[in-house]
Amino acid sequence: MPRTPSAVAGTVLVALMVVLAVIGPPLWGDEAARIDATAVLQGGSAAHPFGTDNLGRDLLARVLVAARYSLLLALAAALIGGVAGIVLGALPSVLPRRGARFVTGMVNALVAFPGLLLAMFTAVVTGLGARGAVLGIGAAIAPGFARLTQTLAASVAGADYVAAARMLGVPRHRVLARHVLPNIAEPLILNLAMALGGALLGLSGMSFLGLGVQPPDYDWGRLLFDGFGRIYVNPEVALGPAAAVALAGIGFNLLGDALAKGAARRPAHRPDGAAPPAAPAPDEAEVQPDAVLDVRGLTVSFPGGVTPVRGVSLSVGPGEIVGLVGESGSGKSLTAAAVGGLVPYPGAVSHTALRLSGEEAATLTQKELGTSLAMVFQDPMASLNPALRVGGQLAEVAQVHQGATRAEARRRAVDRLGHVHLPEPEKQAGRHPHQLSGGMRQRAVIAMGLMGTPKLIIADEPTTALDVTVQRQILRLLREVTEETRAGVLFISHDIAVVGELCDRVVVMYAGRVVEELPVERLAEGAAHPYTRALLGSLPDMDTDRSRPLASIPGRQPAPGDVGDGCAFAPRCPLAGERCESSRPPLARVGAGHLVACWEAS
Amino acid sequence: MRIDNLTVRFGGFTAVDSVSLDVPEGHIVGLVGESGSGKSSLARAVCGLVPHTGLVSGASRPQMVFQDPYASLDPRMKIGESVAEGLRGLRGAARDAEVARLLGLVSLPAELAGRYPRELSGGQRQRVAIARALGARPDLLVADEITSALDVSVQGAVLNLVRSLRDELGVTILFISHNLAVVRYVCDEVAVLHHGRLVEHGPTEDVIGAPAHDYTRALIEAVPRVPRP
Repeated sequence: MPRTPSAVAGTVLVALMVVLAVIGPPLWGDEAARIDATAVLQGGSAAHPFGTDNLGRDLLARVLVAARYSLLLALAAALIGGVAGIVLGALPSVLPRRGARFVTGMVNALVAFPGLLLAMFTAVVTGLGARGAVLGIGAAIAPGFARLTQTLAASVAGADYVAAARMLGVPRHRVLARHVLPNIAEPLILNLAMALGGALLGLSGMSFLGLGVQPPDYDWGRLLFDGFGRIYVNPEVALGPAAAVALAGIGFNLLGDALAKGAARRPAHRPDGAAPPAAPAPDEAEVQPDAVLDVRGLTVSFPGGVTPVRGVSLSVGPGEIVGLVGESGSGKSLTAAAVGGLVPYPGAVSHTALRLSGEEAATLTQKELGTSLAMVFQDPMASLNPALRVGGQLAEVAQVHQGATRAEARRRAVDRLGHVHLPEPEKQAGRHPHQLSGGMRQRAVIAMGLMGTPKLIIADEPTTALDVTVQRQILRLLREVTEETRAGVLFISHDIAVVGELCDRVVVMYAGRVVEELPVERLAEGAAHPYTRALLGSLPDMDTDRSRPLASIPGRQPAPGDVGDGCAFAPRCPLAGERCESSRPPLARVGAGHLVACWEAS
Repeated sequence: MRIDNLTVRFGGFTAVDSVSLDVPEGHIVGLVGESGSGKSSLARAVCGLVPHTGLVSGASRPQMVFQDPYASLDPRMKIGESVAEGLRGLRGAARDAEVARLLGLVSLPAELAGRYPRELSGGQRQRVAIARALGARPDLLVADEITSALDVSVQGAVLNLVRSLRDELGVTILFISHNLAVVRYVCDEVAVLHHGRLVEHGPTEDVIGAPAHDYTRALIEAVPRVPRP
């Protein structure tokens, strides 16, 4: 749970209420019940801070004692509403189709009915008094719960593991009990905490209207009802119960809110490392004098000692496509994000140099960065606003960064869309992103990058979500664009075959470091690092020998928090010796444009 | 296993259009095509997960392995419980022994039974999903893009496992993938699906070596290759 002031306040308030409910009646029960004919209907005084009622009983003691009854009633109402709602909401997933439809329709109708009306109706039908009020509030809470359960259950029911269970012949009620309910329990319980606050307010309201608790019993709402007639003479007699209701209601809502927020942002894995390690020394890398991108010693770290990118150096020349390849978790996407200044909070980026076309990236204005750098991501929908037309989104780039007029910008947008071979660019510009296919969207995103005069295009898995045939077209387009504009491309992919087909130079990353950098011609035969060779060997291509098993790499890549002093690949490496375990091999030159970080590679 | 005139419609959209296909026992038949070609709808129809017309015969106990190993295991159930879900009439020690045997079939240590899915890598999870499916003693295993969510370094191991299931256990497999290189490596026969229709079907060497349909040729052409000097 987050330690925000509101979370702390909620916890403290609820804890106070619970303590009061436990100790209230035994401590002040006698005083609350003591009738004193000499002190009837008094206002606030030193002996009775909140005054007395018509039988001379101390109102402060009565407010404190009433906490238990008020909270118990609220708890009962919330539980009745919650259980009834969950049962109603879960029924459609076990009933046959017709029954499921009936229950769903009923829930829909109940949700449309005003809650307070439902509560009063139920209370009147089931009889005046605490029982009627509790049932009424429960009935008012139930439809919301039913709807929530239904929605949550429907999302879980679509999961692959439920489909798997159905194929295995697990009966529906067991699917519900074993798979669906446990996976939706958390939001339901959170909602119950919130409903508790609502039930408390609702019950107090019912008692205040005279529909709830009847004398001689009393809860906060009843005390408020009794004191309300005197509010213009002795306001303090109504103030006590009113404050109690308000504080408890606020407490439960704050706590429920904080619990929900805490559940939403719970981190998947929090290594208990100490301080983040010092930035590792940068490795040597190919240096090109006219490079469009030149990064030295790029390090990205997150609080808690997690450093997913460690001292990466790379450069991209004009008109050159450099492939950055590695498994998920190797730090390749974060490297790209760091170059584009897009590392999410709370990540910290450090580097000894980050130059775009020879200029320090830090000295570039947003406008310069916006036109000289283009980024293409895996999901084109993430780069396109679904509510706006494609042409308008492209035109915006020219209007914002280049100060073009609307008409000019629009003309340029259509021209660029034609440039990436979108058929009928005039017509496509007037369409919304969802009307385009995946490949067409990715073309539109590339066209957006071409609205400026990009010197560097960063493409992060741009074809991973596409079919092979469309992938080929996009790869061709990237090649064409580079040759024409002389922009450099940093192409990130997990697929070494795609990288091999498209790129001029290949940079292989493992556990946050560059382990090999080589020209693409050497990739198939001349790769020196055991990891690069294993990647190539484990990927079947159209010439793979079908009679032999594929090579595979045992074990798994270490998490960014668990990288030790030695070579990170050593535990999975067939060549690893003692030296590999203890000291990390530097990236060293083994041939023209070929760098390898391995002690054993020859 | 035989599929006769199978058609799957979603409202007015025909996802699979009267497809007939033979899957010989103990063979791996690959189903290729681009997204939207109807591969997954066909697979789900064979497993009875979507309504369809037409006849599926010879597969009374089909089981499916899904693409995303992060979504196909219940995050709140231990590996052993997930695997045991398809085991009927087994209790206590016999059940544990069977779970251990199934995990062994997919080369996983029996200790994993006590772990939760989040503690496993993608490749290990996919093995667990295969072990769960094998527990129901299926007469047909449908593998729907089972390696496309995996890293390259574990993809090889899972493909080797698929081949060993056929070679050692004689499992009949319908193997769905958009990656022709993977299909070529794993399958005995290849069926090509385009816009819901079957456009080509035959032994792998024939379909890949001498494709008869333009669409098959385009698919083969599009497979990325590492350039060889």
